[in-house]
Amino acid sequence: MKTRLVIALSFFLLVCFIISCESESSVEFKRYYTEGAQVYASHCQNCHGARGEGLVSLIPPLTDSVYFKNNRSKLACSIRQGMKDPVVVGGKAFANVMPQQDLSPIELAEAITYIQNSFGNKLGLTTVEQVQADMADCK
Amino acid sequence: MKRLIFCLLVMSTWAACKSGDKKVLPIYGNRQAVTKTVDGKTVTDTVYQTIPKFKFVNQYGDSITNKSLDGDIYVADFFFTTCPSICPIMARNMLKVYDAFKSTGNFKIISHSIDPKHDSVPALKKYADKLGVTGNSWWFLQGKKEDTYAIAEKNYLVAVSKDSTAAGGYVHQGYFVLIDKQKRVRGAYDGTDPKQVDQLIADIKTLQADPAETIAQ
Repeated sequence: MKTRLVIALSFFLLVCFIISCESESSVEFKRYYTEGAQVYASHCQNCHGARGEGLVSLIPPLTDSVYFKNNRSKLACSIRQGMKDPVVVGGKAFANVMPQQDLSPIELAEAITYIQNSFGNKLGLTTVEQVQADMADCK
Repeated sequence: MKRLIFCLLVMSTWAACKSGDKKVLPIYGNRQAVTKTVDGKTVTDTVYQTIPKFKFVNQYGDSITNKSLDGDIYVADFFFTTCPSICPIMARNMLKVYDAFKSTGNFKIISHSIDPKHDSVPALKKYADKLGVTGNSWWFLQGKKEDTYAIAEKNYLVAVSKDSTAAGGYVHQGYFVLIDKQKRVRGAYDGTDPKQVDQLIADIKTLQADPAETIAQ
């Protein structure tokens, strides 16, 4: 009887842990995403558009999930330092320079989280720790 | 009771007629009354400020003067191709205007570069190509910087408040200026605000339907 109670109780605790863990990470995601929307509006939206649509052949759209997946670890550096080299996004080549953005690692992580989970993308959370690790390899 | 209903009907019809009146756009800039003698009678006429003579070069390397726009309603703005801040929004919004009127005659858009050193004719052509602009309904112009600034400040932007303290003044603020066939300023719209750009599109239609404009043609 006692063991059964202990098992039941520990199971209950485990469930509680899982639920709280999950909700904690989803709270974190929401926080990054909401802040990211603001960073996006003030630093990215002018060029890339409110819906991430870009501008014809001048400015690439932010709707190419495959590009994001393939360049995930480079995004923080690309945004922080700007981009000079031509890129192919959504099968289209873009050659214009992207100006560097003076953003802190946390702002970069928020913006990346927002972009990668908007405009049809669903790539989950990018944390400030990840951004800091990625930026150690900036060229 | 019947009489009352009749009265109401008449009144509402009259009100409906009233609200159906065509909107007339204001005319901006200085104006003066000129009195002259026509057929022995003294007539007073209002003379409005108009866009003066100019000469620039477009993205095809063609020389464009005030005469090139004779008989056209047009929209003018000021930009440069490497501007990272408001220019992409202006271009995005101006594309809406371009798409709405590119196939109607007697309409043009002229975008003046305020950085002619960088924005050479080939640079303007490249920019136009990347925006998907073809043909002759949207010209990207360049010329002497002082000429561009002078015509912007003295003529196109007369409808814009001058109390701005922004660096470079209001030339940099992204206004779209609407000019009628008689080369008079009829409106200035914030080119970064989609709502104002929608209003511009509506006002161009109003202007196209204005009988005075048809005569001017």
